[in-house]
Amino acid sequence: MSLTREEVKKVSLLARLLLSEDELDAMTAQLGQVLDYVQQLEELNTDGVEPMAHAIDLANVLADDGLEPSLDREAALANAPKRDAECYRVPAVLGE
Amino acid sequence: MSALHQLTATELLAAFAREETTSVAATQACLDQIQQHDGRLGAFLRTSPEAALERAAHIDRKRQAGQPLGPLAGVPVAVKDVICVKDEVTTCASKMLEHYRSPFHATVIERLLAADAVLIGKTNMDEFAMGGSTENSAYRAARNPWDEQRTPGGSSGGAAACVAARMAPLSLGSDTGGSIRQPASFCGVVGLKPTYGRVSRWGLVAFASSLDQIGPLARTAQDCALLLEAIAGHDPRDSTSAPQPTPAYTRSVTQPLQGLRLGVVREHFGEGLNAEVESAVREAIAVYQSLGATVTDISLPHSRYGIATYYIIAPSEASSNLARYDGVHFGHRTDEAAMLAELAAERKALEAAGDRRGLDELDTPLVRMYRKTRSEGFGLEVKRRIMLGAYTLSKGYYDQYYVKALKVRRLIRQDFDRAFEQVDLVIGPVAPTPAFRLGEKVNDPLAMYLEDLYTVSANLAGIPGMSLPCGFTASGLPLGLQLQAPAFAEERLLRAAHQFQTATDWHTRAPSL
Repeated sequence: MSLTREEVKKVSLLARLLLSEDELDAMTAQLGQVLDYVQQLEELNTDGVEPMAHAIDLANVLADDGLEPSLDREAALANAPKRDAECYRVPAVLGE
Repeated sequence: MSALHQLTATELLAAFAREETTSVAATQACLDQIQQHDGRLGAFLRTSPEAALERAAHIDRKRQAGQPLGPLAGVPVAVKDVICVKDEVTTCASKMLEHYRSPFHATVIERLLAADAVLIGKTNMDEFAMGGSTENSAYRAARNPWDEQRTPGGSSGGAAACVAARMAPLSLGSDTGGSIRQPASFCGVVGLKPTYGRVSRWGLVAFASSLDQIGPLARTAQDCALLLEAIAGHDPRDSTSAPQPTPAYTRSVTQPLQGLRLGVVREHFGEGLNAEVESAVREAIAVYQSLGATVTDISLPHSRYGIATYYIIAPSEASSNLARYDGVHFGHRTDEAAMLAELAAERKALEAAGDRRGLDELDTPLVRMYRKTRSEGFGLEVKRRIMLGAYTLSKGYYDQYYVKALKVRRLIRQDFDRAFEQVDLVIGPVAPTPAFRLGEKVNDPLAMYLEDLYTVSANLAGIPGMSLPCGFTASGLPLGLQLQAPAFAEERLLRAAHQFQTATDWHTRAPSL
């Protein structure tokens, strides 16, 4: 099964990317090729196989519930593209 | 004594201890080599000559004063630009992070500094470690020191090239699907991907969190042991860091292994394997036999599904990890006034055309800011992987792709578990080909992905793997041998690799620059 251009466009919104018309064309062909290739997993019967999300079995890694110094605000804001004295700034979300 | 930049880290430490030379002299020799050749090779994105020499002088003074010294005292180390160094720029070879300065040190950097290493610079790589040729660097492609028309491999291409070119005896890379081992093979150096969890990932910029591992590149197994011992060990800041204690690799690495049982994977010698790679690997296996190892033919029946499994899991994790680049917290952000003007013009055009659906679907300013920011900041391969992952994780496809891949991942792991009941190490090729030409695969993503055929399984299974030089093509390109071991058996890998290096001299050859 191959991917349609419309699907690629929809995924670009989900992925918060904005693709040019040329990029959409190239991406449709290239992603379709990769998806066709990975399709081979369908050959395998995996009934009853437990999905493996991680390579090592560590369960319930807990940290003490204690106070520790963390990144101070100025250091956290230092790389912000747009900020004021204490917050990150984003374009208006509400209203026009 | 050879020129200082040609010495291994182990040799340098011995020379320092005998007071035959100083860290300042060794660091200067590496910096000179960079100065002379890196304009052509592009192994480094940034070097820090003043800071490195200052630190080297500090360590020399400590040595003169008889103060206690760390295990890497005065040795120059290069660091892949995906690992954070406090207050310095870490770009991941992306425009997205061009001006990013990390507010903290990665754990491995803290450990290198505690070991008294000298950091000489940050190495070039494929953007966000996605790629196998270092051509996806947003800054410049790196070149292979053995043939400058060819790629050094990737994504840790700079990390491998700088060691091969004698610009640093030690370097740190990261390996998500082969990104340490494949460039090590292409450049004729040693590279080790440790067991998942052996080395802390704190401060390693995330690509695929269940697969990423930091590891050493060097010219000898002994040097790899030295660097791994310095960086490995449990770290409470990384919840996937393993609690196992770190063995004293430097003590055991020189002890030969008796009765080593090697497994040769039937499926690794099939179609697609370059003939020169195959014959070099077969000769390397014969070397081990002459050293007393026994060889067993084994099967990893699911290994042929490795690439398909990997190229679902890794992009899925990447699309999630790279969601953090939002133009808000750090990194690139699109020009807001231009973005708002563009959006207003689109709205006006849609209104004029009476396109109600178009108006409903028009991005909000915030969403458009995200989309423009990310589209400007990421390169093509990164966008491809984000798209692939967003698709395989999306509603309706999650079970079909992602969950299916996780199940096959377990089958791949079980293949290794069964194999290691019979053998101590798995031996075979690292990559199906020697270093390929720049531009040869960059526009054919699937062909590039297939380069990872023999390496991805170790990441999926979480086991350690190592690449070491085992010969050259007729045209003089280095070839690599891969050894894989059960989880946490790096000690066995290093000893077997050292044993090979005492019987062969491939690793001592240097490219003529």
